[in-house]
Amino acid sequence: MSKTPALTLKDLSCTFHVQGGLFQPARHVRAVDRISVSLEEGGVLGIVGESGCGKTTLARMILGLQNPTSGEAFVHGQRLSELDRRARARLIQPVFQDPFSSLNPKHRIEDIIALPLRAQGSFEPHEIERRTAAILERVGLSTEQGRRLPAELSGGQRQRVAIARALILEPRIVVCDEPTSALDVSVQAQILNLLGELRRDLNLTYVFISHNLAVVEHVASEVMVMYLGRMVEHNTTARLFSEPRHPYTQALLASVLTPEPGLGLPDVGLGDIMPDPANIPSGCRFHPRCLKAQPQCATIEPLTSHPSDHATVECHLF
Amino acid sequence: MTAILDVQNLAVRFGPTLAVRNASFTVQKGETHCIVGESGCGKSVTALAIMNLLARNARRDAKSIAFAGQDILAYSDRQMEDVRGNRMAMIFQEPMTSLNPSYTIGSQMTEVLRRHHNTTRDLAEQRAIGLMQRVGITAPQMRLGQYPHQLSGGLRQRVMIAMALMCDPELLIADEPTTALDVTVQAQILRLLAELKQELGLGILLITHDLGIVARVADHVSVMYAGEVIETGRTADLFANPSHPYTRGLIDCVPVPGKIKPGEALGSIPGTVPVMKDGFSGCAFRFRCPQASEICTQAVPRHEVGPNHLVQCHLPSRQGGAQ
Amino acid sequence: MPRLKELGFVIGLVIVGVVFVAAVIGPWLTGHDAFAQNLNARLIPPFWMEGGSSQHWLGTDQLGRDYLTRLLYGARISLFIGILTVITSGIIGTTLGVLGGFYGGRIDDAVLFVITCRLSIPVVLVALAVVGLVGSSLTLVVTTLGLLLWDRFAVVARATTMQIRSLDYVNAAWCSGCSPLDIMRHEILPNISSHLMVVCTLEIALAILLEASLSFLGLGVPPPLPSWGLMIAEGKDYMFFSAWVIMIPGIALFTLVLGMNMVGDGLRRAFGTQVIK
Ligand SMILES: Nc1ncnc2c1ncn2[C@@H]1O[C@H](COP(=O)(O)OP(=O)(O)OP(=O)(O)O)[C@@H](O)[C@H]1O
Ligand SMILES: Nc1ncnc2c1ncn2[C@@H]1O[C@H](COP(=O)(O)OP(=O)(O)OP(=O)(O)O)[C@@H](O)[C@H]1O
Ligand code: SF4
Ligand code: SF4
Ligand SMILES: [Mg+2]
Ligand SMILES: [Mg+2]
Repeated sequence: MSKTPALTLKDLSCTFHVQGGLFQPARHVRAVDRISVSLEEGGVLGIVGESGCGKTTLARMILGLQNPTSGEAFVHGQRLSELDRRARARLIQPVFQDPFSSLNPKHRIEDIIALPLRAQGSFEPHEIERRTAAILERVGLSTEQGRRLPAELSGGQRQRVAIARALILEPRIVVCDEPTSALDVSVQAQILNLLGELRRDLNLTYVFISHNLAVVEHVASEVMVMYLGRMVEHNTTARLFSEPRHPYTQALLASVLTPEPGLGLPDVGLGDIMPDPANIPSGCRFHPRCLKAQPQCATIEPLTSHPSDHATVECHLF
Repeated sequence: MTAILDVQNLAVRFGPTLAVRNASFTVQKGETHCIVGESGCGKSVTALAIMNLLARNARRDAKSIAFAGQDILAYSDRQMEDVRGNRMAMIFQEPMTSLNPSYTIGSQMTEVLRRHHNTTRDLAEQRAIGLMQRVGITAPQMRLGQYPHQLSGGLRQRVMIAMALMCDPELLIADEPTTALDVTVQAQILRLLAELKQELGLGILLITHDLGIVARVADHVSVMYAGEVIETGRTADLFANPSHPYTRGLIDCVPVPGKIKPGEALGSIPGTVPVMKDGFSGCAFRFRCPQASEICTQAVPRHEVGPNHLVQCHLPSRQGGAQ
Repeated sequence: MPRLKELGFVIGLVIVGVVFVAAVIGPWLTGHDAFAQNLNARLIPPFWMEGGSSQHWLGTDQLGRDYLTRLLYGARISLFIGILTVITSGIIGTTLGVLGGFYGGRIDDAVLFVITCRLSIPVVLVALAVVGLVGSSLTLVVTTLGLLLWDRFAVVARATTMQIRSLDYVNAAWCSGCSPLDIMRHEILPNISSHLMVVCTLEIALAILLEASLSFLGLGVPPPLPSWGLMIAEGKDYMFFSAWVIMIPGIALFTLVLGMNMVGDGLRRAFGTQVIK
């Protein structure tokens, strides 16, 4: 018998309505389109994909910040929409990308970190103080730094504060939306090492969004590739990186800029036009840019296939 | 080749703090010059100093800052305003803070052109749409009517780039233009910049902390540490023969796909960039440098380790002495 | 150029500060009673004019009351009305604006509608009508102005709240399990308060001007209270022979409102508020 997964998404979709200016009809942006996936406890789901493909929207739905247009998310078997805000906060916490806008500039660090405890309304002041001090130390900040304002910390230190705030309620799942893309390589390594340690020590489950494929390869146990709101490929990390199946995944991996001078910029033939989520192509949504497109790709939407265990891919070639 | 931008001995201080010390570099026409370094080493401050957009508490000193042969140090605010956003454009690090949340993308883009050139709103809009297509934004007409918060991070950054190109600049200063973008879009934007460089002879000063980008697009690199340029050279030379311990450390922390084992800690340079105050002497990297020795507390010499390849460190002289 | 602007702020601050201190302690220091009439000493000119008296530095009015004392007492009334009005209108406007900006959608539409309605009400006419109907009193002036002058608070609070509510620290507060009310109070209000401060100063100036106008028309503060507007009104019959009777309160009014606006302008520049026209 298998355990209940930590996180299950069932046909999760989100559509935005964008006003098209005066006298123009509203347009529907399908930011996330019927995504189904499940993640075991202690796993790390890496999410990669083009800018604007709906990664943040998906994360916001998992966090309960955005209502799905349809579909459901389950956390440890419980329907996310049935949890009240306090119960949800005890299960899922976020770490956002920008360490400058994710901390309230008017509050001191220790108050920012203690906010989730205060919001529960059931903790004694001395308990709050004790746990704040403990978590500050755990993420490598001093009590003195705890009394400062966010403006007095560096980007890396602020990201540690964001991590401390996310962990103080001892949640089960942490959703990290590009947690290191605002940091430089050296600090990025420190934060990633910290996240890894915490995950092992506290048996956390991560949803980890990043543009940096090397980072995803390093931290994730499984990876999901999104394109225009759809999950086009999903596999264990090792498999996905060693044998990418979907043509978009292949293009993505080929675009990584390694520090080797003289190779120039890779041109993987995706063209220069960014797809328009308000006007999704018929058939396979990747076909206008796909180098391996078949005649049926323009008309028939490919079904999800399972070429091997734990792997899904959405392409007519498989 | 002629220089489009030549900065000599630039220093910027905020009260007693020295954010940039004695930085010199040259950007040639049709060349990409990259500045790399850790957070807080003074990259953005350098860019803002060139644009004369520093905060009020900043003091800028330099021997000269020449733009297209003219010393812009002596320019009045008025003259600078004519150059800025027009012949010299900048893409700022944070697209959310440099786009005004209360105006539409369209009105902000046309405003740039109309401030410097006499055009009608229609013509400016035409140009905005053309450039948005150029940077790969679909449905530009719809985007013109949207507000910044309705765009994804990647879209916002493309808008910033299109906006910087509105007036056909001769020099483009790009402060981490692709940090918010995924790898395929990043490659595409960098290709676009490379094309513009070719077509228009645009000089590009590219600020980044991603050595992957540097390796692939830069003609010339300057590595900054604690406000100083500590190593500079042609890209191939610098990567083939990184001579400053800091440059080597930076190259070592870049995670490369396929090279790191899962579960293993990533390499990092321990410690952080120190804040420089008046009266500091010696090498600013010595607190983190694995090869530091007694002599590193003394004024650091510059060595030429190859043609056009300069490094500021005691090591070459120490090794030279040992031979 | 920037120097000059900061100088304006300092001058404004000094003016407002001096008026404030004078209003609070001044009436006790002059040695006169603002209401004591002395029909033997009517319309004594200020000390620098011919016939002036060192007893009454700014002379006396048509009923022989000490003009300096009345002027200072009037400052009290002006500031009192200005501040109370702004407290009332600030609470109304900020609540509406934050609610609209925070929730968006239907609630925002409703708030916008209320703001639009309010903007189509001519303030002076309504205030005149109300006072005319109910009779004039200090409380009535404060209530009427307070219920009418909240529009700028609402507009500014709404615009700034909209900017802030999509920031990640507000998202983080949601994810922490905070209630909407907590988020508005602890995450949003502290970050829009600097913008609201600017509106406060500008609105105080406006309220003071409006009160003076109403009192001038005899529909504001009832006599014998020495409001500056009332002092001008009472003096207007004598202005051909004793121009100073209206000059003195007029200049005082002008200076205080100017000072308030200079402070507001300085704050606006310091906080970089763009939303206020
Ligand atoms: N509030 C909104 N209103 C309208 N459209 C929106 C809104 N939020 C997101 N979108 C649209 O939904 C799509 C997905 O956006 P999302 O922010 O999820 O992308 P992303 O994958 O996180 O991109 P990035 O990597 O650039 O952060 C985009 O086309 C975006 O314009
Ligand atoms: N307005 C300011 N007042 C005081 N100090 C400042 C100001 N702006 C920047 N600094 C300081 O100058 C130094 C250099 O900052 P800068 O923004 O140039 O770093 P950077 O290299 O661009 O880093 P990042 O990669 O994080 O963008 C930092 O130590 C910073 O704290
Ligand atoms: S279905 Fe066709 S167009 Fe789509 S990815 Fe596969 S081959 Fe390419
Ligand atoms: S000068 Fe000394 S401390 Fe500085 S980088 Fe060279 S060896 Fe290291
Ligand atoms: Mg995103
Ligand atoms: Mg910077």
